[in-house]
Amino acid sequence: MKLRLFKQERCCPRMGPGCLSAGLPVVCLFVVMCQTTIMAVEYDGGVVIGADSRTTTGAYIANRVTDKLTRIHNKIYCCRSGSAADTQAIAEIVAYQLGFHSIELDEPPLVETAANLFRASCYRYREELTAGILVAGWDKRKGGQVYSVPIGGMLVRQPVSVGGSGSTYIYGFMDANYKPGMNKEQCMELTAAALSLAMERDGSSGGVVRLASISEEGVERRVILGNQLPKFSTH
Amino acid sequence: MEKHCTESRVKGVSTGTTILAAVFDGGVVIGSDSRASMGEEYVSSKTINKVIQVHDRIFCCIAGSLADAQAITKAAKFHLSFHSVQMESPPRVMAAASVLKDLCYKNREELQAGFITAGWDKKNGPQVYVVALGGMLINQLVTIAGSGSTYIYGYIDAKYKPNMTKEECLQFATNALALAMGRDNVSGGVAHLVVVTEKGVEHVVVPGDKLPKFHDE
Repeated sequence: MKLRLFKQERCCPRMGPGCLSAGLPVVCLFVVMCQTTIMAVEYDGGVVIGADSRTTTGAYIANRVTDKLTRIHNKIYCCRSGSAADTQAIAEIVAYQLGFHSIELDEPPLVETAANLFRASCYRYREELTAGILVAGWDKRKGGQVYSVPIGGMLVRQPVSVGGSGSTYIYGFMDANYKPGMNKEQCMELTAAALSLAMERDGSSGGVVRLASISEEGVERRVILGNQLPKFSTH
Repeated sequence: MEKHCTESRVKGVSTGTTILAAVFDGGVVIGSDSRASMGEEYVSSKTINKVIQVHDRIFCCIAGSLADAQAITKAAKFHLSFHSVQMESPPRVMAAASVLKDLCYKNREELQAGFITAGWDKKNGPQVYVVALGGMLINQLVTIAGSGSTYIYGYIDAKYKPNMTKEECLQFATNALALAMGRDNVSGGVAHLVVVTEKGVEHVVVPGDKLPKFHDE
């Protein structure tokens, strides 16, 4: 069973690893993927971010308690989806660049700056990378912000954003249930519910739900275990 | 610049679509959008009706290749009316679904069409069956299909409750279609809804501008 990775297999992110290209004999390499469900919501005073906890290598779950909410700076986090190697590498690079920039300025960095650093790397190396990232955090200038940097390297700010393979199943739920002006607890509940629904339907998402809220006071992290997830009418 | 997976896998006119059916207390609601597309860029029809009546109280929604779906439903209608004459009674919903399933399974190599069959019969009341691409047949209380359906799985799971009233179920189906049409570029147009109960059949058409709007519209 090919669990070892020799090189990054660049393949169609939608169809996942092992899709066959026309005509040529292809060796099926299993990439370590966080095909996942990630979500970030802005509220007045901060942001709430959430992710599932499954990392897969083909059909094997390499890590069932992954932490996909990565700290970039004190009040700036990113949610990672796509290739685990790519996103870990980019996050490390951006964290270094941002830390350096913050020392130069002698003040906390802006979320928009972090998002632009992600975008710069993702766009420049778009042919080699498979990374979909949500950058979220709090800064003094604009408060809570969520920026989406999907595969390809676009950058857009949105009040609520979902990403990863499981996100397709919850667009409808998110559109129907998100309302501007929710408070922190409502955002937490919405994120937990949305992630549970996605984990129920997407084979590449599962495990526990990790949540974090970032505001002027700081970062508060929560974990919701499998048996405590919100349940919906089973039919 | 590479284009990733943008070739349509269905040749010709396809109903990139959103279809759904749900059982409520006393009947079923069946709904669909009304867009037919060629590839992902051209809308070949804005007003096609994908909810097809195969018998008095049995309807079927089509997804996939329009040509395949029309051929199959034509054959199914014939089989079903013949069957109902032989039995001297209205056909069961399960019979309609099985006829479609047989056609899909026997020709599964050539065909690319999926169906949702729903209706009412005297023995089992309101039922919904889904016949998937390869010819699988399952009975469910609520089911969605088509390209736009992926975006509303979460909404359906959260919102559907068994034994809703007719009005609640109609509102649920309209909302679900509107949400899917809002996110899927090959679904759109108007929402066709059909309500089937013991008493009869009621058609509801919700034009695009009367569909429910959500927070970002």
